[in-house]
Amino acid sequence: MTPRYLDHAATSPLRPEVLGAMVPVLRDLHGNPSGGHGPARAARAALEEARDRLAAVAGCAAGEVVFTSGGTEADDLALRGTVAARPGTPVCSATEHHAVLDVVGRLGGPVVEVDRRGLLDLDHLARTLSQAAPVAVVSVHLVNNETGVVQDLDAVAEVVARHAPGAVLHTDAAQALSWLDVAAATARADLVTLASHKCGGPKGVGALVVRDGRAIEPRLLGGGQERGRRAGTPDVAGAVGFAAAAELARVERSDLVARAGAWRARLVAALVAEVPDLVVTAAPTGSGLDHAAPGWVHVCVPGVRSEPLLFLLDDEHGVAASAASSCASGAQERSHVLAAMGVDPQAAAGSLRLTLGWSTTGADVEAVASAVPAAVARLRAAARHGVAV
Amino acid sequence: MARGLVAMSGGVDSSVAAALLRRQGHEVVGVTLKLWGGPSDRGCCSVADVDDARAVARRLGVDHHVFTYTDDFDRLVVEPYVADHAAGRTPNPCVECNRHLKFDRLLARAEALGFDRVATGHHARLVGPPGRRRVARGADRAKDQSYVLHPLSAAARERTLLPVGELTKSEVRALAGELGLRTADKAESQDTCFVLASGGRRAFLGDRIPLHPGRVVDRDGRVLGRVEDVELVTVGQRRGLGLPGGADPRYAVAVDPAAGTVTVGSAADLLVDRVEVPDLVWATVPVAGPVTVQCSAHGTPRPAVVDGTTVRFTSPERRVAPGQSVVVYEADEVAAGGTAA
Repeated sequence: MTPRYLDHAATSPLRPEVLGAMVPVLRDLHGNPSGGHGPARAARAALEEARDRLAAVAGCAAGEVVFTSGGTEADDLALRGTVAARPGTPVCSATEHHAVLDVVGRLGGPVVEVDRRGLLDLDHLARTLSQAAPVAVVSVHLVNNETGVVQDLDAVAEVVARHAPGAVLHTDAAQALSWLDVAAATARADLVTLASHKCGGPKGVGALVVRDGRAIEPRLLGGGQERGRRAGTPDVAGAVGFAAAAELARVERSDLVARAGAWRARLVAALVAEVPDLVVTAAPTGSGLDHAAPGWVHVCVPGVRSEPLLFLLDDEHGVAASAASSCASGAQERSHVLAAMGVDPQAAAGSLRLTLGWSTTGADVEAVASAVPAAVARLRAAARHGVAV
Repeated sequence: MARGLVAMSGGVDSSVAAALLRRQGHEVVGVTLKLWGGPSDRGCCSVADVDDARAVARRLGVDHHVFTYTDDFDRLVVEPYVADHAAGRTPNPCVECNRHLKFDRLLARAEALGFDRVATGHHARLVGPPGRRRVARGADRAKDQSYVLHPLSAAARERTLLPVGELTKSEVRALAGELGLRTADKAESQDTCFVLASGGRRAFLGDRIPLHPGRVVDRDGRVLGRVEDVELVTVGQRRGLGLPGGADPRYAVAVDPAAGTVTVGSAADLLVDRVEVPDLVWATVPVAGPVTVQCSAHGTPRPAVVDGTTVRFTSPERRVAPGQSVVVYEADEVAAGGTAA
């Protein structure tokens, strides 16, 4: 049974070119970049070259890139680092990843609603900013990890400029590198979270773009690395891999977007044809998915629960997919994103997320197009007294 | 050889159940049920317990999954538990969990996913010919859990395996030790999983229903004292009734939260000749002759005869707390079960 990997939003396979770029670093560039001797300088050079290359993709200066251990740490640094540096409340959208939502919640900040298609309610944003003044930071992600919905950060920036002019705009763009011109899309954000492993790079490394002049209190103290913004011996191989993956993502983006767009259309059509009462989550009234990145197919299947569906897809068909997010125990959690979008809890219980990426093939898509309806049919047949198994 | 789904709580019994099935040549997959969503990391099936189950599964070379049933658990186990206490009854939520979740919902899902059998680590056995199987007491009488398995339907009894029922608890721990399972010395959970995780019964119920102080009265209605929380008193209880101890012990004979009273009486007042079990169901065929009846999880079996839905004790026995399971045994086998009115 050929394995079919449809969970790129969770993480993506490491690209062979990336592995190729990392191995010599792991093997030969063992120095600590903070030192002064030959081996240290060689490692430092590799790190700084990676920084330059990532900065070019992100549309910022090299000095504005702070390497971290991943997107979660970058979000934490952005939010807590800003709040520590300037007085005020953090505000975020209701559909942020927990790495943002939980921090804002812990700090007592409000959330801004989204509409049924997952787009930020700009009027509610304006009202929230006025009520929460003074606002330290506004955090709105670029591409949603569950639905792929893309936010209009320029419009968000306008509202922030008008209603909370002193506030910093942060965006979690962890899902964006494969799908958008991140430099253009985040041009008005002050802080940008980037992640490596969603676009074929290694896990364990990420970055926060901190535009010049934005004050950030470091969260990690110690050796003063990253210009005092993030202490700790850097993962040089990881940074090199991250830069390689980000560059490849940029070069291949328009091809990937075109391929994925066609595949998404094919998958949605096949699923709707075989399971007519299925709902395409971000396009409930058939309004189309132009506002969602083409890598995402997120649906809600009536009469079926996510866990057994995922089990059958994996066990019977070799298809790796997911529903909402996995919690620490490995169980599927109820989705706050779907709740914020106003999806009925019963419908949300049967959610399925299929995500495409750099390694997806046409054969994968065809296999999934038949596997999902087969699994759905089997589970529906097994329901007893109207209760989904 | 069957494909079996083993419910693994992260405890030693279900760990060994999985090991035994594997040893017998079955294709085994382990699953931990996520039932309770509380944030505290105590009690059964916390994240640490899931990790233990997963580690045992890995050691046994068995796949491990997690199934979430928090909504069903809330609706079918927790809410009725709370409502029963509010009405002065003494529920047994483990029985309801077995009835609705482990041996109904899970069984249905297992079947849909291509499993022939579901197994648990309960200390009990399933005996009898195919089509007429009954739950029976486990080999280790002190650990026997047949009582909480009385609600298994006929279909459930055909499709369930109870691998550790033939072993004593020490044999189970020894086997776990031999296999190098990290749960070999793990302590047993001592209370209802969601109550333990919430910090005790008073804390748990107090967060959900009003707990009222009540008057302790004798059978003539004379007020003898007060209790803090009427809803936490169980029929048959002696301690915690706010009465002086001594030569003439008093027992709770009736609990009435609506009236705000706990009626107490002597040990003799607690004796009755029967218990009504309106929802009594026979496992296979009704038994007309002498049986024994167990009326609490660790209660001594009492000789009795069953007449319709009335269980008549052979000699006077202590009143059964309303809401407790009444389980009828024919020798060691569960012949019938229901709930005391």
